[in-house]
Amino acid sequence: MKKNLGYFSSLTVLTDRQVDNFNDERALLKGLASHDPHAIELIYRQNYGVIEGFIIKNNGFAEDARDVFQEAMVILFEKAQSDSFELNCLIKTYLFSVSRRIWLKRVQKNKKTYLPEMDILEETIPVEEDLETHLKRNEDLDLMEAAMNKIGEPCKSLLEAFYLQKKSMPEIADQFGYTNADNAKTQKYKCLNRLKKIFFSQYKTEE
Amino acid sequence: MEKQFLTDAAERYYHNEMTPEERVYFEKLRNDNPEADQIVVEHLFFLEQLDRLSRIQKLKQVMNTVEDKLEVEGAIQLKNNKFKAKVIHIWKRYKRTISVAAAAAVVVSVFTASGVSIFSQNKKAALTPLVDRKLNQMEHKLNQMENKLKDVATPPATPFEANFRATGFLLNRNGYIITNAHVANLARNLIVENAKGVQFTAESIYSNALTDIAILKITDSNFKRTSPLPYTFREEDADLAEQIFTLGYPREEIVYNQGYLSALSGYYGDTTSYQIGISVNPGNSGGPVLNKNGEVIGVITSKETNADGVVFAIKAESIYQAVKEIKEREQDTIKIVNDNSLKGHDRVQQIKSLSNFVFKVKGN
Repeated sequence: MKKNLGYFSSLTVLTDRQVDNFNDERALLKGLASHDPHAIELIYRQNYGVIEGFIIKNNGFAEDARDVFQEAMVILFEKAQSDSFELNCLIKTYLFSVSRRIWLKRVQKNKKTYLPEMDILEETIPVEEDLETHLKRNEDLDLMEAAMNKIGEPCKSLLEAFYLQKKSMPEIADQFGYTNADNAKTQKYKCLNRLKKIFFSQYKTEE
Repeated sequence: MEKQFLTDAAERYYHNEMTPEERVYFEKLRNDNPEADQIVVEHLFFLEQLDRLSRIQKLKQVMNTVEDKLEVEGAIQLKNNKFKAKVIHIWKRYKRTISVAAAAAVVVSVFTASGVSIFSQNKKAALTPLVDRKLNQMEHKLNQMENKLKDVATPPATPFEANFRATGFLLNRNGYIITNAHVANLARNLIVENAKGVQFTAESIYSNALTDIAILKITDSNFKRTSPLPYTFREEDADLAEQIFTLGYPREEIVYNQGYLSALSGYYGDTTSYQIGISVNPGNSGGPVLNKNGEVIGVITSKETNADGVVFAIKAESIYQAVKEIKEREQDTIKIVNDNSLKGHDRVQQIKSLSNFVFKVKGN
């Protein structure tokens, strides 16, 4: 009887574990999509080392590895946040493929330290399309950041507090010393218009 | 004023803060008034950009915190650590007589020293990695136990769905397999498959991203000790222009290729590897490079994409180094027998005997 139980329980453990594995990846992506520090830490623990190794082996420094990995994470993050998202491979494979492409692109771009491309002999998954989309969208993001840096204070802090840190109007009025939330709102509106103007003027010249 | 009203409305619309009636009214307004709609569309796009910036900035904040934590733990390298590359560079320059093991020791010790000096006020930082490693060992043992349970419990029915394929070869007859770290690190689950198409589950017990050597252990209960290995491992450097050959799995079928040793150093002067002239393809990674006497001199690792036939192989010394490190960690003792039965035979005979010891490595 006891033996049977033992056998049975080991079977259960196994099935549980398989389900876990499956859920793990999904749960991790879900966590990533919602900025969950635990999920993000776990993804780092499981993936960062390999990518750091690859970049250092290919003439990069630890700093480059941080950069590239963060960029790859942003791509995965935005993928994970989209509704239609489905990852057809392991997080590991995806992050490695993206990081590798990013790094090789950088090495090639920087003519001064140009080196022949190193290729590992494994098939990584094609990520060119994701990367292109990302780079295109990043241009918009850079424009926004540049515009933010151009509008000056107190507009910058005000808009950041409202739009980036998502603080409430009364909170902002308090922080920036406006007599009431309505005053803060009017000021915010003026600042926003300036930001929009700068953003769209750059946006249009870019096109 | 009308414009402010519109952008305010657009903002509330964007954040789903409108009542259903307001929503209907707002959408009708946009429909009836193209000019207003234009302003709204522009503002919505603008808000989306701002929101995106906010999300990514938040993500980056979390990532920076995580990185700081892992850095203190020693799990990832110091951000400003340009040491490693420099040390290797110097080491590459003065390589000649320094053996790989000794050189690796230099790198490690300089590293440790730099880590300690930077973190001297923080003793925990210097010590933690050891603990970490012990934890890994424990995890490893747990995994092994679980795998054993798995062997008992799972019917071997479902075929393994791999998403990559590479090559590996036996280190000794007890089921230890050499492959590349970049192969082993790609997978959560690993299997190896022999020339007869029999698959065994395996797990990575050692992986060194720097040398790119990984050692797998076949954990499958169906695996029986093989006959003695026909080849041996050459610890000293091979000779320039030596004829070499390899077996690997760029296809589902085993593929033979031959070439020559082009240079005693590898990519960008890396003394831990050779440059060889041979034709290889994706899937050849982790395959053995042998000389005519049947000595393994290296492990195929990568090729230059823009040049034909410029391939790099890790020197066999790194295999000895791996075995030594595994022993030092008290993880396992792997015996390497040096008894060569390939020497003096013609190539066809050599390959016949060899192909039973070269495995497909698959993972998902």
